Amino acid sequence: MTELRDLYQQLILDHNQHPRNFGVLEGADLMARGNNPLCGDQLDLYVALEDDSIKDIRFEGSGCAIFKSSTSIMTTVVKGKTRGEALEIFERFHRLATTGEVDSAEMVKLAALASVYKYPVRVKCALLAWRTLETALQEQGEIVSTE
Amino acid sequence: MTQAAVDATESLLDVERLRADFPALAQTVNGRPLVYLDNAATTQKPISVIEAVSRFYREDNANVHRAIYELGERATRAYEGARGKVADLIGAPERSIVFTSGTTESINLVAYAWGRHNLGPGDEIVITAMEHHSNLVPWQLAARDTGATLRHIPLTDDNLLDLEAARTVIGERTKMVALVHKSNVFGVVNPVAEITALAREVGALVLLDAAQSAPHFRVDVQELDCDFLAFSGHKMLGPTGVGVLYGKPELLEAMEPFLGGGEMISSVNLTESTWNEIPWKFEAGTPKIAQAIGLGAAIDYLEEVGIDRVTAYLGQLSDHARQVLSAVPGVTLFTPAVGSAVFLFNLEGIHPHDLAQLLDQEGIAVRAGHHCAQPAMAHLGVAATARASFYIYNTFEEIDRLAEGLNQARRFMSG
Repeated sequence: MTELRDLYQQLILDHNQHPRNFGVLEGADLMARGNNPLCGDQLDLYVALEDDSIKDIRFEGSGCAIFKSSTSIMTTVVKGKTRGEALEIFERFHRLATTGEVDSAEMVKLAALASVYKYPVRVKCALLAWRTLETALQEQGEIVSTE
Repeated sequence: MTQAAVDATESLLDVERLRADFPALAQTVNGRPLVYLDNAATTQKPISVIEAVSRFYREDNANVHRAIYELGERATRAYEGARGKVADLIGAPERSIVFTSGTTESINLVAYAWGRHNLGPGDEIVITAMEHHSNLVPWQLAARDTGATLRHIPLTDDNLLDLEAARTVIGERTKMVALVHKSNVFGVVNPVAEITALAREVGALVLLDAAQSAPHFRVDVQELDCDFLAFSGHKMLGPTGVGVLYGKPELLEAMEPFLGGGEMISSVNLTESTWNEIPWKFEAGTPKIAQAIGLGAAIDYLEEVGIDRVTAYLGQLSDHARQVLSAVPGVTLFTPAVGSAVFLFNLEGIHPHDLAQLLDQEGIAVRAGHHCAQPAMAHLGVAATARASFYIYNTFEEIDRLAEGLNQARRFMSG
């Protein structure tokens, strides 16, 4: 199993066991729901805004380690960012998760997920949180799926 | 040979010799010998089945029932011969055997061709809380279209059918009781005799989903006295794309067709048609000729091994699996003590999808997810589970490798 350490890096295991920003965010301005029904991954994402910035972000949900750690890491990365900045990071993360390409030093934490592109069926696990965030920020309101 | 006549030690199959018949088993995955434990989803195929399909295409390929030449006659003989083998396997007359694409189509056939013409508002269809979606969704659609009500028999805390509740769920309004014979999630054989007796008391029909039971033990429709029985070829060593619907001949006779087209007609003019005799009335279009012939070869293979031996061996594997899986720290086993060949479990702190990925790295193929039985997962209060399911070519050593894989996964995920 040691060959899988590239996918399940220490940072991933840590965020899986101790997810950051986990729980309901009272008084959230935006909320979006993600659901990959074939997998059973489920996500409720809460965002509090101040002007155009993400003042606080929390999530509740259940799913695999890739999904949970990706969501947890995302919350730590986008907190304090503007909507535009967050969406721009998503664009780069999408490239990272689908090609393994890490294109800036800012992506350090997210780079822990850079191997996921080698496991095509798991890419959707890594992307669900981001797609859900995108929907929340654009206030589209539909339930997100990456399957 | 009855099951009782099979001596426990004698019944051990010569698995090493038998494995040599399955080319797909002789490979490595991620550098380790493949351990294939997803047999409830589909089984591997013996060379005799692969050859039968290939020989048909190489030597006999023609359409059935209409070609007046040698190849067509050979194709028809082989196709109808396969029907005969299915009929013998389940103790049914040949005219009661309809070839379908699989269990799903078999059940849909009944839900449409019988359900749409015999159900209405006030009528009730009864299923169970452990159905595969293939025996749930067709009835939801039938209920929606006809105004009938869909009810279900709940499960006990031990993941068995709640027979007490069944007595109140099945009642005067019940027209159809459709239930799974052996569960693809819990590995338990349901008390279909008791349920059938309840259905008979109120004049309801009984459909059995035999997708898991037909591969595991001798299923005899006369003994079961069911009205319909559905199963798939590919879960019992046969090709994908072929399955069986057994129906009592008088019911099939009375039913409207399911799909319209060639083969299923007797005469056709521009405004109306009359139907062919059963079972061909239900086999519109060019049938699954090569697949049915492959299923015939699979039945030959199983009969040669001995279906009672299959049952006994799966029991032995299951006893071993229960013992070694229970000994792995953190394992929750959802398969009841009476269950066999299908083991549903979770490993504490590890999502089943991660577990399946880690086991795959060791060459071990297990299933992770809801196993097309979301209501059963809801009963357990989990979104997903892992499932290891066995067939005749699995060994005790492979089950030990699974247990070792689970221990490795635990160590791996704790960092």
